[in-house]
Amino acid sequence: MSRRALHALALHAVLIAFAALTLAPLLWMVSASFMRPGEAASLPPPLLPKAPTLEHYVALFTRLDVTRHLWNSAIVAVLTTLFSVTLNGMAGYAFAKLPFPGRDRVFALLLIGLFIPLQVGMLPLFLMFKQLGLVNTYWGVIVPSMAGIFGLFMVRQYALAIPNDLLDAARLDGAGELAIFRTVVLPVIAPILVTLGAFAFLSAWNDFMWPLIVLSDERLYTLPVALAGLSGEHVLDIELMMAGSVITTLPVIVVFLILQRAYIQGVMAGSVKG
Amino acid sequence: MSGIERRQAQAGWAFVTPALAVIGAFFFVPALLGLLLSLTDFDIYAIGALENARFIGLRNYARIVADPAFWNAVRNTLVLVVVGGPLSVALSLVAALLVNDRLTRWKTLFRTVYFVPVVTTLVAVAITWRYLYHPRYGLLNHGLGLLGIPPIDWLGDPHWALPAIILLSVWKNFGYNMLIFIAGLQTIPEELYEAAELDGAGPWRRFLAVTVPMLAPTTLFVAIMTMVGFFQVFAEPYVMTQGGPLGATTTVVMFMYEEGFKWWRLGVASAVSFLLFALMLVATLVQTRLTRERR
Repeated sequence: MSRRALHALALHAVLIAFAALTLAPLLWMVSASFMRPGEAASLPPPLLPKAPTLEHYVALFTRLDVTRHLWNSAIVAVLTTLFSVTLNGMAGYAFAKLPFPGRDRVFALLLIGLFIPLQVGMLPLFLMFKQLGLVNTYWGVIVPSMAGIFGLFMVRQYALAIPNDLLDAARLDGAGELAIFRTVVLPVIAPILVTLGAFAFLSAWNDFMWPLIVLSDERLYTLPVALAGLSGEHVLDIELMMAGSVITTLPVIVVFLILQRAYIQGVMAGSVKG
Repeated sequence: MSGIERRQAQAGWAFVTPALAVIGAFFFVPALLGLLLSLTDFDIYAIGALENARFIGLRNYARIVADPAFWNAVRNTLVLVVVGGPLSVALSLVAALLVNDRLTRWKTLFRTVYFVPVVTTLVAVAITWRYLYHPRYGLLNHGLGLLGIPPIDWLGDPHWALPAIILLSVWKNFGYNMLIFIAGLQTIPEELYEAAELDGAGPWRRFLAVTVPMLAPTTLFVAIMTMVGFFQVFAEPYVMTQGGPLGATTTVVMFMYEEGFKWWRLGVASAVSFLLFALMLVATLVQTRLTRERR
């Protein structure tokens, strides 16, 4: 065997071992979710269920009403995504291509905001939302993420590449700016909007701290908040908790796998700006 | 200003106003209010009636700085940053080099597999890892046992709880940094490696002389992003250890959460958040300065 072939073999052995380690916790999560109660806490720790059962999924969807939390998470994540794509999309394009007085100063101010951690505003935001009656509502979870500096910036960088001639030609035809955005700009920036949408959906679905703060009614809990609460009461029900974890994380993994090209390109493009 | 320019300016403002209103009202305004809040004795009585809050100057800050529990949280957070940060960056770089190697096949597959933990729900995987860390039935100790290593009480031993959280965080996040490193590696011109090879440089020498310097800006970006992430750790200890054992995993954000939403001392909690902000700014400056000096 040549040195090169040996090298390639060793390389792939490491890559595959690395991949197995990376996936192991997730595979165990799925496997344990099908085990009978108490089976995961036996010696030696089983890797696969002896007699696979769906009882924990049944319990979650009937007795523990996980459907409600799935629904809450879906509403919050979908609305956040729609707002984020619309608001950041329009603003990002305008910052790139529509000159208006004060634009550069406003943009510089926004960039400063990138350095401010979210936690700094969380307590006052909670008090503001209490006054506005948004505490303990879906809107209380959605509103702060409807637009964001990072998303706006992402769209702006992408929209900078739109040729001005394209926009001017549409203007000469007498099209209004909103019509130009809809018919000329949208098709061009669609890829970055898909990326932004994927980011927004995943972070809204996975978010924990803010929903935990703003929601107090158990019936409104999103999945991660409900799951954290459940794990306090059911520490010993390993198999049940793993079924809950699968239900919580499966939707985002599916969304990621569908949109992975857009998502991965977005992360990689994010580094170029740095 | 011509008619077209005026119309564009109007449209520009109209397009940015909704986003700016959201970012202003729900991010910048609360941040500024937070500074004010940190100077008051805002507590549970003030939530009922705002006029119960009084301006008390820097007393919250003085109180926090005198609180050993705060310094414990700072210490834990700094351990996460100083140990977890470099570990995460190093592992991400190794993964990127492996995936990006000329001889690697199925690049996209490996890239996707390594990235999957990033998109999972933190709460769900933290609960999963809590069981993997179980001293008796956990797979981790079982695996270590096969290598002859005696069982470790990962989440129950104050010495091991923080490393356990670091391990979970590194597993969860290395895929993100790996992607950024791959993007960085792909911008390095192939000719540089060829030139180094002609000069007789071996693989290790090529890595040090070409890859490391060319990747320096990417590394700084990744290091700062990772550091910022570790400064804000909250869900892992909240779900896995509730900050214990003996406060060994209480982070600054968790300390802030408990002050604010468990004890309803919102003034104190707000001051904690600004101290965290200051800590993060200083750390970012130090990191940037260190990188500059090395060059």
